[in-house]
Amino acid sequence: MKKQGVGARLIRKEDDRYMRGRGEFVGDIRLAGMQDAAFVRSPLAHARIKSIKVPDDLAGCVFTAADLDEVKPITAVTALPGFKPSDQPVLARGKVRHVGELVAICIAPDRAEAEDMAARVEIDFDALPAVHDMLMAREKDSALVHDHWGDNIFLETLVDDDMKAAAGEAAVKVTRAFSTARQCMSPIEGRGAIAHWDGRLEQLTVHSSTQMPHIVRSGLSECLGIDHGAIRVIAPDVGGGFGYKGILLPEEVCLAWAAMHLGHLVRWLEDRRENLTASANCREHHYVVTAYADKEGKLLGIDAEATVDSGAYSAYPFSACLEAAQVASILPGVYDFPHYRCHTFSAATNKAPILPYRGVARTGVCFAMELMIDAVARELDMEPTDVRMKNLVRPEQMPFDNITNKHFDSGDYPEALRRTVEAIDLTAVRQRQKKGESDGRVIGVGFAMYCEQAAHGTSVYAGWGIPMVPGHEQANARLTPDGGLEIRIGAHSHGQGLETTLSQVANEVLGIAHDKIKVVHGDTAFTPYSTGTWGSRCMVMSGGAVAEACDQLAERARGIAAKMLQCKPTDITLKDNRAIGPSGELTIEEIAYIWYRRPQDLPPDVNPSGLEVTAGYKPERDSGTFSYAAHAALLAVDTLTGEVEILDYVIVEDGGVLVNPMIVDGQIFGGAAQGVGTALYEEMRFDADAQPLASTLSDYLLPGPAEIPSIRVFHMETPSPYTRFGVKGIGEGGAIAPPAAITNAINDALKPMGAELTMSPVTPRRIVEAIVAARSEKETAA
Amino acid sequence: MKPVAFDYARPRGIAQVLELLDANPAAKILAGGQTLGPMLNLRLVQPELLIDITRIAELVEVNENDDIYAIGACVTHAAIEDGRVRDPANGFLRRVASGIAYRAVRTRGTIGGSLSHADPAADWLSALLVLGGELEIAHAGGMRRAALHGFVKGAMETDLGAVELVTAIHVPRGSRVARHGFHKICRKTGEFAEAIGAVTTDTDTGFFRMVAAGGSEQPVLFDDPKPLFKNGDPLDAGSFDMDMAMDALREAGMEPDEYELRIRAVAMSRALQEAMSP
Ligand SMILES: Cc1cc2nc3c(=O)[nH]c(=O)nc-3n(C[C@H](O)[C@H](O)[C@H](O)COP(=O)(O)OP(=O)(O)OC[C@H]3O[C@@H](n4cnc5c(N)ncnc54)[C@H](O)[C@@H]3O)c2cc1C
Repeated sequence: MKKQGVGARLIRKEDDRYMRGRGEFVGDIRLAGMQDAAFVRSPLAHARIKSIKVPDDLAGCVFTAADLDEVKPITAVTALPGFKPSDQPVLARGKVRHVGELVAICIAPDRAEAEDMAARVEIDFDALPAVHDMLMAREKDSALVHDHWGDNIFLETLVDDDMKAAAGEAAVKVTRAFSTARQCMSPIEGRGAIAHWDGRLEQLTVHSSTQMPHIVRSGLSECLGIDHGAIRVIAPDVGGGFGYKGILLPEEVCLAWAAMHLGHLVRWLEDRRENLTASANCREHHYVVTAYADKEGKLLGIDAEATVDSGAYSAYPFSACLEAAQVASILPGVYDFPHYRCHTFSAATNKAPILPYRGVARTGVCFAMELMIDAVARELDMEPTDVRMKNLVRPEQMPFDNITNKHFDSGDYPEALRRTVEAIDLTAVRQRQKKGESDGRVIGVGFAMYCEQAAHGTSVYAGWGIPMVPGHEQANARLTPDGGLEIRIGAHSHGQGLETTLSQVANEVLGIAHDKIKVVHGDTAFTPYSTGTWGSRCMVMSGGAVAEACDQLAERARGIAAKMLQCKPTDITLKDNRAIGPSGELTIEEIAYIWYRRPQDLPPDVNPSGLEVTAGYKPERDSGTFSYAAHAALLAVDTLTGEVEILDYVIVEDGGVLVNPMIVDGQIFGGAAQGVGTALYEEMRFDADAQPLASTLSDYLLPGPAEIPSIRVFHMETPSPYTRFGVKGIGEGGAIAPPAAITNAINDALKPMGAELTMSPVTPRRIVEAIVAARSEKETAA
Repeated sequence: MKPVAFDYARPRGIAQVLELLDANPAAKILAGGQTLGPMLNLRLVQPELLIDITRIAELVEVNENDDIYAIGACVTHAAIEDGRVRDPANGFLRRVASGIAYRAVRTRGTIGGSLSHADPAADWLSALLVLGGELEIAHAGGMRRAALHGFVKGAMETDLGAVELVTAIHVPRGSRVARHGFHKICRKTGEFAEAIGAVTTDTDTGFFRMVAAGGSEQPVLFDDPKPLFKNGDPLDAGSFDMDMAMDALREAGMEPDEYELRIRAVAMSRALQEAMSP
């Protein structure tokens, strides 16, 4: 049999149905009696609701907060000291706090009719001044998003590792302000759900496009005040998640309430306008960073103030503070320096709640830190890669506890950078830059590095104390009577390829052929509890749990085989669908057949537990695996129009042992494409009334195939010392470094003109304006 | 995002279209639907009746004789891109067509729909302005011809009457030596232009025109572009002056900010280079 275990480059099983259009997403599901919901949403960012008028003939079809009295608001608290909780009403009560907030639910036989109803609901508002900017939100005289707070700060944190000492020793001090635009996560499939109350089972069934069915179940249970046991959440095929589908939405709670009260099924499918204007917000950070360094470029300290625009509410379960709390702990990145201070603010504004997006916080942090490294290099007139080399954590320091007590498990960061420099051919680029381009453009090269904590568990999340703290991850493994294997996991696969990689893990342990293994996920009725798919955790956590369950199952199968072959279980080897003993062998199929269908052949003292196992797993240390990468971008800038063309893009990454290198490549390509979006295109702007300024994809620009360069990926494989097989989480990494690498490259290209950009996305307009500003600065100086 | 309820008609002749328009003030003509479709879904338009004109045979024909070259209003961008209709402007129309949106949009979107809608950033508008295109319009009393230049009154505003239908676009035949340039600056493939520069020059006829477009402002046509050139000679591409061009655009009434004005001037300069390059 060809190798099908850990390390094999297998084609993804799930792609067969995806590529043939045979997947089943929420929008594909047809259930009898299903009606559609449309929501009346707030057109204003901040206002008091004076009255809501529902036309009489719509009674029984349109519901407002007054009808949902017994439904509790969504509340995601954290245990971080000083955190101010927010109550997110599922339908607005008294006040609206962001554009798109739900005010009423309208239910009709189809969506168009439901929208007709929505258009007839009249709301009388008293507009309030809107908090549209996170820095203004922090000012004393700002309007208040939550009146009783007294300010707009969800959470303020401060760490200070003897920062003062750095200033004295430093030869250079460089300060920059950075910002990253608010973005909207844009999975191809939006959110969507169908809620159904089954009177016979007394059970609410919710089909939802979610990454975390078990967490949605907990959230629904808390809001609706019904038992977990009375709720079943099914996540069918999910068309991209990226974090947006790791959130309990008020829409889901409303639908569930409606299904329970109306006696028929209710469906809602998010449209792109709702996605952009009302929901999928992420990424908006602001930094002021000062770096202290000696004249060789060795960093002595980093002093940062970071603000995250958390929006109006603390989203469930990740909370309003996950971003800022992470910023403080991960800003030092891949570097080792002695002094550090970071002051963070999670500011409430009148925008949709900030949600975690692939790379959570890291994309912003990497942008700030990696642009800072280049700024230091510029100040010292050094090659930016030399400054990086001077400061990287070295392989001999591994495992390494960094200045914020992050435990870097393994790796060779300098080697990743060296390989990147070589692959992009820095020397040749510098020569080419000296010669100039025949088409009048200027070229630049930029680098960025990060390390990514993944699969971090109890010890990390208990401190944050959000509604969801991951513990041991469970998997269930069951041999079927025909010798097939069913694997059940509580996490969800929506593009990660877990249906393939987890069966590779099972194959590695049990030797059962790939095509006889079925991975079942996405249904709370069939799968063990799991916090779900987030934090690049599934290969480590679900993979570890599957291996553990298969180990135990192997034990059981060996036990049966030993009885039949009259040898010791330890004499049996499982390989290629067979149990091989010293004097004979059985196929797995025969073992299963005997257990299930010919128990009369089994001796009386056989282990009664059978061929089904649920087992749990946690890595030896649950502080997380640290995959890492170096990215390099080579690009050309048209200085007249500000247009950027990426000429080459190199990624050298280390994700530990790769279960399926082809899937890893796919994850990296996809992440990097999103990173290009963050770097050059994606931006949800707001006006002074906190109105989002894009409502379609012609205003909110996503990169398309023509905008994504062909990316060259190289792997290093340093196993994690703590996980099964030495795997590390890699799912998010691709999205982290591109904004920093690309912006550094643009700044490299513009260096002779004295222009420098510090805000993403780097749009043509921002480039031209920076060039013009640098020119006029030079002129005034002259 | 679903449209309001509406009726749908698919007449076979122009006369019927006019009758339906006359009878229903809240009717809308539907051509390729690539603009109207999104507007319906966003409920920016809420018609009672859609009149689908894409099955009217005359509207997908090209009418050509010694004097005229008229492209039917319902000829799609893709048909022009693919050369399924002859390009009277030495390949210029094909190239413009290929730069509109994505192929999927081009297979449905029509040249007549684009010009009737008159989005100031639309490619056809600038391209046909620079060529001196005219529209053929059917109304209750018969047919009229209107130069595109005067037809477009402002952003998405034309002098098309409520009971009128654009039936064809007349493209002047240039001579064999006519040269054209078209430069579109947009954020990504398939997007509407941030800036367009278009140039046509015909040394046989002495015809030399330039167009600049972008944003939500009406395109500016220079039928005498001398003021954009340092030495006053449009045939000397090297003397095109960005600052003079920006001044001229301002004078012509364009009032965008510095950046937008600059890229319009750049687009003109690149269109010019293209037209003049051997
Ligand atoms: C994603 C996307 C990207 C696009 N990018 C570009 C681009 O880069 N450049 C560009 O130029 N365009 C672009 N477009 C617009 C596209 O070219 C449209 O096809 C075109 O603008 C309208 O043509 P249509 O046939 O689809 O008209 P429709 O959408 O059917 O109609 C448009 C309007 O014109 C009216 N109308 C249509 N035909 C006639 C007629 N014969 N007489 C009178 N009134 C009529 C309709 O009533 C309606 O008001 C894009 C569209 C999309 C969806």
